[in-house]
Amino acid sequence: MITINFERCKGCGLCVEACPKKLIALSEEKHNMKGYYPAECTDNSSCISCALCAMMCPECAIKVEKGE
Amino acid sequence: MERVLMKGNEALAEAAIRAGCKCFFAYPITPQTEVAAYLAKNMKKRDITFLQAESEIAAVNMVLGASSAGVRTMTSSSSPGISLKSEGVSYLAGSDLPAVIVNVQRGGPGLGSIQPSQSDYWQATKALGHGDFQLIVFAPASVQETVDMTLRAFEEADRYRMPVMILTDGFLGQMMEPVSFSDETPVIEEKEWAANGHKNGRKHNIINSLFLQPDELEYSVNERYKRYDIIKEKIHEAEVYKCDDAEIVLAAYGTTARVAKSAVNQARELGIKAGLFRPKTLWPFPAAELKEACKNAKTVLSVEMSQGQMVEDLRLALDCRIPVEFYGRHGGNIPSPDEVLEQIKKISERSL
Amino acid sequence: MAVVFDKPHSLCDVPTHYCPGCTHGIIHRLVCEVMDELNIEGDAVCVFPVGCSVLAYNYFECDVVGAPHGRAPAVATGVKRAKPDSVVFTYQGDGDLAAIGTCETVHAAARGENITVIFVNNTIYGMTGGQMAPTTIPGQVTQTTPYGREPEIQGYPVRVCEMLSTLDGTALAQRVSVDSPAHIREAKKAIKKGFENQINKKGFSIIEVLSTCPTNWGMTPADALERLRTEMIPYFPLGVYKDEAVWNKEEKAD
Repeated sequence: MITINFERCKGCGLCVEACPKKLIALSEEKHNMKGYYPAECTDNSSCISCALCAMMCPECAIKVEKGE
Repeated sequence: MERVLMKGNEALAEAAIRAGCKCFFAYPITPQTEVAAYLAKNMKKRDITFLQAESEIAAVNMVLGASSAGVRTMTSSSSPGISLKSEGVSYLAGSDLPAVIVNVQRGGPGLGSIQPSQSDYWQATKALGHGDFQLIVFAPASVQETVDMTLRAFEEADRYRMPVMILTDGFLGQMMEPVSFSDETPVIEEKEWAANGHKNGRKHNIINSLFLQPDELEYSVNERYKRYDIIKEKIHEAEVYKCDDAEIVLAAYGTTARVAKSAVNQARELGIKAGLFRPKTLWPFPAAELKEACKNAKTVLSVEMSQGQMVEDLRLALDCRIPVEFYGRHGGNIPSPDEVLEQIKKISERSL
Repeated sequence: MAVVFDKPHSLCDVPTHYCPGCTHGIIHRLVCEVMDELNIEGDAVCVFPVGCSVLAYNYFECDVVGAPHGRAPAVATGVKRAKPDSVVFTYQGDGDLAAIGTCETVHAAARGENITVIFVNNTIYGMTGGQMAPTTIPGQVTQTTPYGREPEIQGYPVRVCEMLSTLDGTALAQRVSVDSPAHIREAKKAIKKGFENQINKKGFSIIEVLSTCPTNWGMTPADALERLRTEMIPYFPLGVYKDEAVWNKEEKAD
């Protein structure tokens, strides 16, 4: 599963492109303090914890965990 | 203490080693090259680092790096090279880094000449780089004083965390005089602010001159100027020679002070009440000492190897109450005692 | 739950000033991951440049020193010569390293200065608003090449790794990219090698990282990565241009 730091994310969308399962989308309604529409995981239960999203994230805003 | 005969530039280099200077970076330029050559020759046996840089700019930035890492460091050059270093000097000042910069002055502007000159007075005391900052400027007039001021320069640089300049010239750098060195080893304190690896024991140290917020930059410059105020109180030195009853006070520093002193002695023999005021620190300028030296003066004569630069500081220090005249030779020429005596005589005759 | 991926320790836990999608952030993270893995944060000194990464002192937990524009290799030389046991690296952009600082770069490499240089090439001056860089590709539109870079007028770009690989003092000259996870893995390996070279006293290491500038290229972050792949990599081919210990040759680098 992934946790995206809502305030840290700048909504650049590189994680959206990187996710092989297409589980990440930019928020359409919620924006953070800086006015960015951050990325959100649409289905964390399907996440395979491959961390490709986190590798592409320039803000180091994604934490990836695995297992129970 | 043993006295040895040494060239000014070599004595300066020896004094730097004894002052604990660990890293020396420079680029060859006449007439200061002996400083570098002496340090290069002594590098291995005295455990110091000497590196010939690819440019004056690189040399001063290597100094910036070594100073950031917390060691005593120095660079030396001559006038055109100092112009190139001005960027780095401004960064040293803006980053509150100690360093010693030596300018063995030669003629300018441009490539000028390789002979002695004093035409970098303004550069040293007013504008060695962009931004609001000052250097402490020492102006030796003998080889012994060059040695003594070199140690002072390192100590004041560390004490006030700022670049300090030794402003000498091609004449003082090249001439030989007997000198003695103190056998004492200076005590150098650890620099807690240095960036040399925090060893996981403290927060990271930042050496930086950038402050994007106007209030922060203003604050940092104000803090530096508070330090300058302390320096102005503590460091203001001059030699005052036969000024008690002097009606004509010559003002000169470095090489020209030696010439002026001879002229004063000759003038005294002719019955002219002349004296000499010799600033040893050019910034801060010893204004109180000048006023005291000029208490009976009717005229002040600034003698310089330039078109007249210190003459303005003299007028300012005297609040323009006493006329300050100027006599100078430049382009690599040194005024002779006879030439200066002629000027003294002219002033003396005029006031009769 | 086991943590698979998180912020490295030596990267400060603060938001960066970089534009959305700018790959500086990825490169910062890679450097910090390497610092963590080699356990050198306490010995490291970062010399930061003038340009977009001028605020890098806010992001690296190790000690940091600011250099004048282009002078980082000279400043790093000073730090390293004063404290040979510290691990000194510069982090510089293309304008800083390959234009105003070419002299310092070339001579630090020629001396075999035992430092690590992280060179971020995004073919443009970002901080000042998108002017032509020494690495701007022919035809590329910038604020100062509004009709595209014309070699007849503005000359040709500098290929830094190729140039430095000709010098005896260079131990490692490698060009990498951060446009994809696979390339990012390779980039990290190269950066690690650059630091290991320094720790093992092998000589001057430069890792050129092809990077994007979505804002000044006028592209979305995804399109910018695509440009990096289709325009930059063909002009600045990835690869190892030199990998040969300058000093301490008998000891193996790994």
